[in-house]
Amino acid sequence: MDMKPIAFKRVSQEESATFDRSVIDYIQNAAAHGLYEIRGLGAKRKLPHFDDLLFLAGSLSRYPLEGYREKCVTKTLLGTRFAKKPVELDIPITIAGMSFGALSANVKESLGRAASEMGTSTTTGDGGMTQEERGSSKTLVYQCLPSRYGFNPDDVRRADAIEVVIGQGAKPGGGGMLLGQKVNPRVAKMRTLPEGVDQRSACRHPDWTGPDDLAIKIQELRELTDWEKPIYVKVGATRVFNDVKLAVHSGADVVVVDGMQGGTAATQTCFIEHVGIPTLAAVRQAVDALEDLNMKGQVQLIVSGGIRTGADVAKALAMGADAVALGQGILFALGCNAETYVQDGQHHSALESYDALGTAPGFCHHCHTGKCPVGVTTQDEVLEQRLHPDVGARRVRNYLKTLNMELTTIARACGKQNVHHLEREDLVALTIEAAAMAGVPLAGTSWVPGR
Amino acid sequence: MERVTFDLASTPLREVNGYLHRLPGGDQSHVDVKNPDGAHNIAVGLDQPVTVEIHGHAGYYAGGMNKQASVIVHGSAGTGVAENMMSGKVHVKGFASNGAGATAHGGLLVIDGDAGLRCGISLKGGDIVVGGSVGSFSAFMAQAGRMVICGDAGDALGDSLYEAVIYLRGEAKSLGADARFEPMTDADLKTLGDLLAAAGMDHDPKSFKRIASSRSLYHWNADANQEY
Repeated sequence: MDMKPIAFKRVSQEESATFDRSVIDYIQNAAAHGLYEIRGLGAKRKLPHFDDLLFLAGSLSRYPLEGYREKCVTKTLLGTRFAKKPVELDIPITIAGMSFGALSANVKESLGRAASEMGTSTTTGDGGMTQEERGSSKTLVYQCLPSRYGFNPDDVRRADAIEVVIGQGAKPGGGGMLLGQKVNPRVAKMRTLPEGVDQRSACRHPDWTGPDDLAIKIQELRELTDWEKPIYVKVGATRVFNDVKLAVHSGADVVVVDGMQGGTAATQTCFIEHVGIPTLAAVRQAVDALEDLNMKGQVQLIVSGGIRTGADVAKALAMGADAVALGQGILFALGCNAETYVQDGQHHSALESYDALGTAPGFCHHCHTGKCPVGVTTQDEVLEQRLHPDVGARRVRNYLKTLNMELTTIARACGKQNVHHLEREDLVALTIEAAAMAGVPLAGTSWVPGR
Repeated sequence: MERVTFDLASTPLREVNGYLHRLPGGDQSHVDVKNPDGAHNIAVGLDQPVTVEIHGHAGYYAGGMNKQASVIVHGSAGTGVAENMMSGKVHVKGFASNGAGATAHGGLLVIDGDAGLRCGISLKGGDIVVGGSVGSFSAFMAQAGRMVICGDAGDALGDSLYEAVIYLRGEAKSLGADARFEPMTDADLKTLGDLLAAAGMDHDPKSFKRIASSRSLYHWNADANQEY
């Protein structure tokens, strides 16, 4: 019997590592439009992160605390250096600055309510302070940004702290952006802009240049508030060691360091993915700067950029942060990238809305379009109804509560009666990169690369 | 009317500002500040119709974020004079440094002499009248309000303007992106006449040119290359 070979056609499927499908898509999109891509959220590339660190909990050489009954303090004080009225929080987990404009008024109200219930702070953004968020927030941090949209002395006086924003982790060196479809009449009025304009915020402050000027600017804010309120300085993570030192020199009570995983409502993708350093590396440098100046404990450090879980919070604190700030985590808690939204007590599918944006749940980063399928990052009258403030407030409160429980679970396991007692010595790294960046030994060794 | 004098040579600034912040509602008293000696942040955050006269040169942010008050600097003012003013009036009898009237939402800033770089940057509804000339990048990204320049302007005047309007008597070294000369209307002549009168300057409004935004950069445009 004849054995004929089975005929088959060989299909070559060797993908290029340099020009993979996402790169080809990027090039062809650029070729079609002649304009860079703008999108929301933060860096999507894989980076060394808190996942690459592990805790060494109590055992024989260390003594753990009982996980449920023994006390573990989470109280957090911010602004003890100069302010007459420091901010006192029940938990070290705060809500980062996100603008009304980027977010709907319903969302801002949800954040204020959730933060107040949990005894923590929320923060305004590049669009001024809304009545909704002031009314719903027990502790509200008021941002002073380069654009100064809606910035006014009355809101400075009714804020609980002021945050001078130099930069943001998603786009250090870049200004904000709010595309025309989100500049509705209310947003336009608050920002003194024509309706529907593609708004580009300034990247530098209008009335000061450099750290010596900033010192005078901070003094102005102190004089204006009779030295009552803490002044934070927020920097996007780049030359963190020097920037933190200069912020301290300028008279900051609190320094906020935002790593490159930090989110944005809209900026160029090339900016999000290629500018700045990872949060893990930034925390280490920020703490080094404070220790170098002998200011650890006097000037507090808030870390943000990709904080997702209670374990992340615990690791940031162990590295030397006094508190963390969450942005994207809060958005996901609200329902960002969920398949459904809740309206009138019922779940409704948002799939069609994702499809209309050319995306799907789990992949959406279309905050910049204002067509958020779940009503979070929108100014559209219909879409914003997809997130009721009651639903939003409950979800964010639950999320913060979960993080805090996880944080204290880890702290107790490490034998700490106070989450602020977590220390670098409690940590080891899983990868050489993380060990080098975080300055902690590779697990199972005493090796800290570079030391 | 009651007249209170503070001597900054012997009184800490914090005390002076604290006093001004504690004035009762509607207070129209008159406060003199002597020996300012270039101190920063004099009379910031005022919120009453009080008059403050600073007898000498002021440092940064004199009259910053002013509401209602009238602040007069008998000398020159440093960076950011009347920055983010909401209402009231700040009058600099000498020269002003960079960023004069930056982001002012309201009120009137009068500078008798020249102003430095970025005068009226990000202006948000306030009015500025400069008796002399202004430096480069003045009215950069100015969103609303009016700016009157009785002398000349440096480079890139009105770059990336939104809805603010500039009236220029002399010459600009160059206009910034999206700024253009436009014809003066009767309404412009009236507005300008009122502003000059409020500032105590007697130039003929007809000797000024109007500069406003051509609004071509209001929306992203792939064909505009790097012009925005």
